[in-house]
Amino acid sequence: MQFWIIQGLNSLSLGGLLFLLSSGFSLIFGLMRLANLTHGAFFMLGTYFGATALRSYSDLNIWLTALGAGIAVAAIGGLFERLVLTRLKTNPLGQVLVTLGMSFIISDACLLLWGGDSIPVPTPQNLQSPTRMLGFVFPTYRLVLVGCAIGAAGVLFFLLERTRLGAMIRAGVDDRQMARAVGIPVSNLFTIVFCLGAGIAGAGGVLGGPILSAYPGLDADMLPLALIVVILGGIGSLLGAFIGSFIIGFIYTFGTALFPELAYVILFLPMIFVIAFRPQGLFGRVSA
Amino acid sequence: MTPLTSDYALEVVNLKKAFGGLTVTHNVSLAIRPGERRLIIGPNGAGKTTLFNQISGDMRPNAGAIRLFGTDITQFTPYKRAHFGLSRTYQIITLFTGDTLEHNVTLGLLGLRPSRWQMWRSLSYYGDLATEARRTLDAVGLLHLAEHPVSDIAYGEKRRVELAVALAQKPRLLLLDEPLAGLSDTERSQVKSLIASIPRQTTVIMIEHDMDTALDLAETVTLLNYGRVIVDGDRDAVIADQRTREVYLGP
Amino acid sequence: MRWIATAPLAALLVLLPSFAGDFYINLASQILIAAIFALSLNLLVGYGGMTSLGHASYLGVAAYISALLTSRCGFGHGPAAIVSIGGTTAMAAFFGVIALRATGLGFLMITLALSQVLWGLAYRMSGVTNGDNGIAGLSRPMPFGISLDSAASFYWFALMVALFAYLMMAIFVSSSFGSSLKGVRDQPRRMAALGFNPWMIRWISFIYAGFWGGVSGLLYVYYNKYIHPTSLSVAGSAEALLGVIAGGSGTLGGPVVGAALVLLLKNYASAYIERWNMLLGLVFLFIVLVMPTGIVPGMSRLATALRRGSR
Repeated sequence: MQFWIIQGLNSLSLGGLLFLLSSGFSLIFGLMRLANLTHGAFFMLGTYFGATALRSYSDLNIWLTALGAGIAVAAIGGLFERLVLTRLKTNPLGQVLVTLGMSFIISDACLLLWGGDSIPVPTPQNLQSPTRMLGFVFPTYRLVLVGCAIGAAGVLFFLLERTRLGAMIRAGVDDRQMARAVGIPVSNLFTIVFCLGAGIAGAGGVLGGPILSAYPGLDADMLPLALIVVILGGIGSLLGAFIGSFIIGFIYTFGTALFPELAYVILFLPMIFVIAFRPQGLFGRVSA
Repeated sequence: MTPLTSDYALEVVNLKKAFGGLTVTHNVSLAIRPGERRLIIGPNGAGKTTLFNQISGDMRPNAGAIRLFGTDITQFTPYKRAHFGLSRTYQIITLFTGDTLEHNVTLGLLGLRPSRWQMWRSLSYYGDLATEARRTLDAVGLLHLAEHPVSDIAYGEKRRVELAVALAQKPRLLLLDEPLAGLSDTERSQVKSLIASIPRQTTVIMIEHDMDTALDLAETVTLLNYGRVIVDGDRDAVIADQRTREVYLGP
Repeated sequence: MRWIATAPLAALLVLLPSFAGDFYINLASQILIAAIFALSLNLLVGYGGMTSLGHASYLGVAAYISALLTSRCGFGHGPAAIVSIGGTTAMAAFFGVIALRATGLGFLMITLALSQVLWGLAYRMSGVTNGDNGIAGLSRPMPFGISLDSAASFYWFALMVALFAYLMMAIFVSSSFGSSLKGVRDQPRRMAALGFNPWMIRWISFIYAGFWGGVSGLLYVYYNKYIHPTSLSVAGSAEALLGVIAGGSGTLGGPVVGAALVLLLKNYASAYIERWNMLLGLVFLFIVLVMPTGIVPGMSRLATALRRGSR
């Protein structure tokens, strides 16, 4: 029984991390029609920043670190968007290729700066003691992660549904041409959304550190998961990213625990089925 | 209203098409005889091109049937309809701009032949294709430009190439979507005389936004508005009809 | 291709082993393998308008099947090659059905995802694939009893296969089917209206591209006598894609030039710079931003301009 509970919680916390990773990816894909292949690298960059910061200063607040890393990664993303992506407006294939190139640059830079060994990230001290609930013992940090994801989802939902910026983003996702026609500054919006997406991924990377550790190849592990979540949940849909993240969190956690050799296949099968039978995903407005 | 015989080149029976809450085609029915020259008119947004898209198979209707010379083609893919004798041109030029005029017409000819699956022989092996393509270009007066890429020629000439490609297949039913749009006066009369010279074996249905230019090419006219057929019949009768005036000038 | 340029080039290619050392002969073999791989990808990207990030699947699967059959199941190289190519082509047919549910970015993501599944499987099913250790100690085939162990003999073998592949692909792209593929790339709706079946044309081309990808995979495993999951990685697909785009995707010569450049860059750069991937990424950025149509079209435009200018 303990096994199922623990795996269940692991699924939820992975789902939470996946939401932080894929919400940005979904927004970028939905608004900019760009499959941002750098997204895994943004996440990994955050993890490495967090690893260095938290190991050097053991009483550093993880939330502030996440915020700081998020801003740093957002800045890097913004520079990339302004300097490179905007020049390729008429070349969607080129856009995908430069994000791929950028992911190589970032991942090799991480290898250069932090070396090839895996760097474990310490769980924040005040969240280290386990929580006792309903007769079971839960690692507190994982519970907190789920709370983070819900909190982030709430903030993003508020941003998209209740603010003017959000309305502009939603309009852009639904119909880019029309949005431009009614005067929405679409190219500035692109930069904002790209920075937002990158920043959330970076912050998510910090928060994921204690569970995943910082290691070379983290980007290659995380990017396909973001792809699957977004295809499953539907492009441009935050609700889809949220639900999809937890579905994938469960599939991946239980899949790896029960059938370690076939974990990847179990993961990709839902995606392949979705593409084959329901290309717009569960909640998507745009189909792949 | 529509007799169920195969005396007709095209029968559209109670066609309905909706996008979400917006119904674009409301129970449209048409009966077009072989050899007829039908003009479909209506203000912007009347659903003319959507109707064409459903006839050519680019869109699936929500309800209703389409029959081509008696065969129900409602579920047919666009390419299958081409094999049943359907051909069309588009509002926006959809030619292969990087290729020569001759190659464009050759592709048109290749579409219905089994040799289109040939992975071994070069396209130039088929001498009869080249001859036929050049003959078609000659018929539209563009043989002298056969070796030029489509991107090099004038807009009016591109329209004639579109016609040539569509006519190359000797279709039984030809759909022309705004063939005269954007043409200068000279170009327009060239294209009009081309359309007028299409043999009677091909039934022609035309969409035109501008009534005046296309009317002399038409024998029968259908007036669409808000996705519905308002008036349908011989050209002079439709022009004289009170409802036609209402649609264009208001009640 | 002009005869004046081709004859000396052909002579150079055939006579290479007589004046170059083993290192350069081996490099040339690697270039030939990369060229076949890039050409097969270009059938999809350049002629079909379908950009795939999962082409390494075909190279890797063909290589693994051959490796496993020869080292574990006692197959001879001939039968192993047949099963390997057959299996890879069948896989391409299956993947094609899935991937062609989408176009553009969706197609890209599906091909990426499918190749990642294979990559993950290669790593994790270590009982079968030996995981991260890869499968070593493989042998090269001996066609007609001739050993391919020396650098020169393997090179000539690879050269023959490469020339054959190039020829076959040249025939393919200039055939009626090839013209219909290019038509579907440019105006799929118009092609359907003319009577062509766009899906079938794309699917058949996808399978053919997978077939030649598999051929390059066989050469790859024969050359290296070793296979590792990284052969199935995104990096492999990305390098090939870079080669195609850098060289110019609209022609047959482009991918060959591009693949050669990428391989040379990789070989020489890694002697001086430790971080090859970073350089690869920067080259990607450079090519896409500065030379989006690639080197070969750029060069031929230059040549045409010079010829016009000299009149």
